[in-house]
Amino acid sequence: MLKWLEKNLPKIVMAPAVGLIGWFVYGFVLWTLYISFTNSKILPKYELWGVGQYVKLWGSRKWLIAVDNLLIFTALFLIFCVVIGIILAIFLDQKIRAEGVLRTIYLYPMALSFIVTGTAWKWILNPTLGIQKMFIDWGFENFTFDWLVNREMAIYTIVIAGVWQSAGFVMALFLAGLRSVEDEIVKAAKIDGANLFTVYWKILLPMMRPVFFTSFVILVHISIKSYDLIVALTQGGPGISTTMPALYMTQTAFHKSQVGLSAASAIMMFMAVAAVIIPYLYSELRRENAR
Amino acid sequence: MKTLRIEELSKNFGSTEVLRKINLEIDEGNFLVLLGPSGCGKSTLLNIIAGLETINEGNVHIDDYNVSKVEPKDRNIAMVFQSYALYPSMNVRENMIFGLKQAKVSKEKIEEQLEKVSRFLQVDALLERKPSQLSGGQRQRVAIGRALVREPRIFLFDEPLSNLDAKLRVEMRREIKKLHQQLKTTVVYVTHDQTEAMSLGTNIAIMNHGVIQQNDTPENIYNKPSNTFVADFIGSPSMNLIKGNLKESSNKISFIANGSNVEIPINGYNFNEKSNLNNKEVFFGIRPEHIFFKKSNESDFEITLKADLSEYIGHEQIMTFNYENQEVLAKFPSTIKIELEKNTNLFFDLTQISLFDAKTEERI
Amino acid sequence: MQDKLQASYKQLEMKSKYTNMFLRWFLYFALILFALYFIFPLYVMVVTSLKTMEEIRQGTLLTWPSGLNFDSWAVAWGGRGYGAGDTFLRPYFWNSFKMVIPAVFFSTFIGAMTGYVLTKWRFKGDQWVFLFLLFGCFIPFQAILLPMARTLGVLGISNSIIGLVLVHTVYGIPFTTLFFRNYYISVPTELVKAARIDGAGFFKIFFKILLPISAPIIVVTVIWQFTQIWNDFLFGSTFSFGKAAPIQVALNNMVLSSTSVKEYNVDMASAIIAGIPTLIVYVLAGKYFIRGLTSGAVKG
Repeated sequence: MLKWLEKNLPKIVMAPAVGLIGWFVYGFVLWTLYISFTNSKILPKYELWGVGQYVKLWGSRKWLIAVDNLLIFTALFLIFCVVIGIILAIFLDQKIRAEGVLRTIYLYPMALSFIVTGTAWKWILNPTLGIQKMFIDWGFENFTFDWLVNREMAIYTIVIAGVWQSAGFVMALFLAGLRSVEDEIVKAAKIDGANLFTVYWKILLPMMRPVFFTSFVILVHISIKSYDLIVALTQGGPGISTTMPALYMTQTAFHKSQVGLSAASAIMMFMAVAAVIIPYLYSELRRENAR
Repeated sequence: MKTLRIEELSKNFGSTEVLRKINLEIDEGNFLVLLGPSGCGKSTLLNIIAGLETINEGNVHIDDYNVSKVEPKDRNIAMVFQSYALYPSMNVRENMIFGLKQAKVSKEKIEEQLEKVSRFLQVDALLERKPSQLSGGQRQRVAIGRALVREPRIFLFDEPLSNLDAKLRVEMRREIKKLHQQLKTTVVYVTHDQTEAMSLGTNIAIMNHGVIQQNDTPENIYNKPSNTFVADFIGSPSMNLIKGNLKESSNKISFIANGSNVEIPINGYNFNEKSNLNNKEVFFGIRPEHIFFKKSNESDFEITLKADLSEYIGHEQIMTFNYENQEVLAKFPSTIKIELEKNTNLFFDLTQISLFDAKTEERI
Repeated sequence: MQDKLQASYKQLEMKSKYTNMFLRWFLYFALILFALYFIFPLYVMVVTSLKTMEEIRQGTLLTWPSGLNFDSWAVAWGGRGYGAGDTFLRPYFWNSFKMVIPAVFFSTFIGAMTGYVLTKWRFKGDQWVFLFLLFGCFIPFQAILLPMARTLGVLGISNSIIGLVLVHTVYGIPFTTLFFRNYYISVPTELVKAARIDGAGFFKIFFKILLPISAPIIVVTVIWQFTQIWNDFLFGSTFSFGKAAPIQVALNNMVLSSTSVKEYNVDMASAIIAGIPTLIVYVLAGKYFIRGLTSGAVKG
């Protein structure tokens, strides 16, 4: 008995973690999946009801707006974060004097919660006393900046705040990537007569493919899950114009008490994330095994 | 006209002096090896020649033009790196022609060069591969090819063989030697491996602490080391340096090791300066391969020592003898038997010795 | 001929000197511009929190406050003292600490143990177990919100700090495991072998040999978990309300509560209070923060 215990001690120590994750992650996802096939309202019901909730979901105007918003947000969030991140990383890579200070400044938003970020930007972007007033007071009398309360434009305010928060992170990833490149490659390029632009464009950035991939995965992941920022900045408004899937899911579950429908939307989000993550994990694992 | 001339060159990183008043010249077509332990400044010197590092004092001339402040690409040089530094996202062809493309050489000329060089180095079958799909030796060849297509005045090599395994290293060493014999281009080659230096160089400059210790032909470096550092650095096992004093009486000069009463006559030694020799503290330098177990020359000096240690390494054995509590190593064929802790008669070949001033450590 | 070449070298030298100087100026200009963009919201938050509402209406976002007026900070922290309906952050601030400290401790400890087993007591299929745990880093939490709410209800710990500790501990395990596993994999296994030959057992090796050299990764993990849990809003807002809410939820409620007039200065003071602990950690241990971020940043 004691011998058996000793031999299996490592596995016994692993058990709580595996058990917790098995139950709370995999078990719960399966439960949500099951519920999405039932006609649950306030309380879960366990009779299967088919794909009715999914049909309902994809027929819902609010959900379609949410998906639309997600696509717009993801695209812009990705492009701006990556472009700004790369520019900052390359600029900082030029033996800059106050590199440490600048890096700290670019990255500090990452330490703040989306609620804090949203609260701050909500104040800055508010049309009566925020940026708009600032420009008017400066003499641009016809300046208007009412995106926050404009149905068409409100989604872009979320992009602004999101990029502000996450661009520094992309910078950190790329800076680490650039720093890991061997000096000799840059030296060889200098001897070959490449100017700074060519060195980055033709040699270093193509080498950053894994960093692009990682940034892509993480940013898409952040955007699919984005919830707090919208709650703090627009609550999905004006109207429902800035609803996103994560917000849709919680509202449907906890305000509208449509548990089945909400589960269906959660499963859609889960599948979207899985579509990005599984290839990523697969390639990461292959890279590690290749080593 | 010297292909490369360096005068009074000094370099420091902050307050640490890396190179001190370096003077160096290379004739057209020579193969100069910069040899020294890590941190001696040899790589910095190479980078300065390439234009990858700035200079604090002094000048670099290529073909008598002062290029001290000229960009690397305009110096007419090419460089091969330790890590090969092939651009990982480009295939072999793109790697090799990248420099020519930057220099806006015409398409026809580029193709011509590429074909010539890739055939010469036998990498013409690999042109479409990425560096990650090449073996170590192939990468090395491509790196050399990238340097060759530029047809430079000077080739710079920065420890190009140190990432290869032992067998491949010997093979590539021969190839570099052949290459130089065929092309006759001037080469500056950095290494910490003395075998590489000896076999490749027409000249070797040995560096330590940012100073050139000796710049000479391989033969002179081996036979007439100019100070104890060079004597100790070159050769494996390195030269025995036995501490003792000189004795000069009526035109006879002899060496007496500390604690010994045996006088070793060194009348035949070719002194740099023959004054004030009596009682001078010196190191008596003799290489392990110049100690024999039987007399082969008339001038050989016979001495009786006890062996402490024997290291068998296949074709030969290295014996450690005790000479009045100083270690003396000797290299013998492994066929002969020498018993430990017993008196053994040894013969020093006195035509091959070196003497160094014990204070300045310079050759006398 | 020689002179001509030397002259053209001279020209080249001058040209590269001027382009370099121009480039450097441009570089610093751009970097400072970006820095201003990133600083701007923080600046606005701080100055706004120090102004009175009157000042806010008169000036612009950038106007410097007339004096150091901490009234809105006092209101944000301790309220106005008129009892019911008076919302302020102090109790929620401590709620967050009561939630964060145990959750960080448990998740870090479990992560260290699993990381230890996965790298130093390898068994058949351990790669799959790791992958099984790792996938937990990526799931969108919406997919587990409904069953979690039910479970907390069944356990009788919904709307309580204990419930939030459980939630954060569980969903922190994939990250802490990832951190420790990646760190321990670089510790030579010979160390463990040598200890086993010396007769040390499973726990002794962990506590006497691995734990003492784990300081850097413990710092990274603790900072990461602290920041994540402190900043969480989704779990906090879903599984708690009223008195048990953590600070981010309280901040959001405070900002959204539609009292007669919007008091932006109090909002900004509240936002700063909610952000200060993580900012302090970031400023003090930025290096570790960034290391955690770049090695495990997958959580939104």
